[in-house]
Amino acid sequence: MWNYEKRLQYPIKIKKCDPKAAQIIISQYGGPDGELLASMRYLAQRYTMPYNEVAGLLTDIGTEELAHMEMICAIVYQLTKDLSTEEIKASGFDKYYVDHTLALWPMAAGGIPMNACEFQSKGDVITDLYEDMAAEQKARTTYDNILRLVKDPDITDAIKFLRAREIVHFQRFGEALRLAQEKMNSKNFYAFNPELE
Amino acid sequence: MANCNCRQQLKDFLDEVSFAMDDVVLFLDTHPYNKEALECYQEYKNMREEALLKCKQEGMPMQVEDVQSVDDWTWALQPWPWKGGC
Repeated sequence: MWNYEKRLQYPIKIKKCDPKAAQIIISQYGGPDGELLASMRYLAQRYTMPYNEVAGLLTDIGTEELAHMEMICAIVYQLTKDLSTEEIKASGFDKYYVDHTLALWPMAAGGIPMNACEFQSKGDVITDLYEDMAAEQKARTTYDNILRLVKDPDITDAIKFLRAREIVHFQRFGEALRLAQEKMNSKNFYAFNPELE
Repeated sequence: MANCNCRQQLKDFLDEVSFAMDDVVLFLDTHPYNKEALECYQEYKNMREEALLKCKQEGMPMQVEDVQSVDDWTWALQPWPWKGGC
């Protein structure tokens, strides 16, 4: 069950349209390391997670990622909402526009549609938590790349917030991995799958 | 828009205390017996409840149960958060 709260986790107020920036940032909506797949990854993994604290963390981070997806969509929406036909053509946004007009559609910056093949839900505590830690770092790298390409402070302020959250989530998943390993049999030196035992 | 500043301040306060809650909740998931974090949770929860109540009284429902008006459906009539308004 989820409830909607009528606000963004961090406010987005962009004054200047920038369709080129929008075409880059949309990757964090539907790209391989984007917020939507991050949420789906954690929310999918939690059902078979044997440890309550870790299932709780997957639920709460999975929920926060939905709020991040909403922020990314708000950025893309505000960057493209008042575009003229000339601006659409000059910025290369026309290739997106022809299929989606100014609506949001989850895809990577290169045009590849969002695809569940970009994440794993493996049913193995160790495998899944390493996947999650890697996912947070990949998203952090993507935000670093965005910060090299985009300079408008109205945009980068929110991107920096999102980047910092990737680091916090990485830390929390690292703690979850430690908790999980502490709960495993001390003789389980190679950390075999406790979800089957 | 005379009270825009006041509403903006209230909204900023709600965002700040809610974010502190988001952060301490994740910390508690992996540190469920940490006394300092549990106290922090209580403190921010109270501040957030107060901020949500003020938003409700100001006619800015954040949650669907916070709609006060019996004359119109403010939940849907007021702008949605991605629009970037006050």
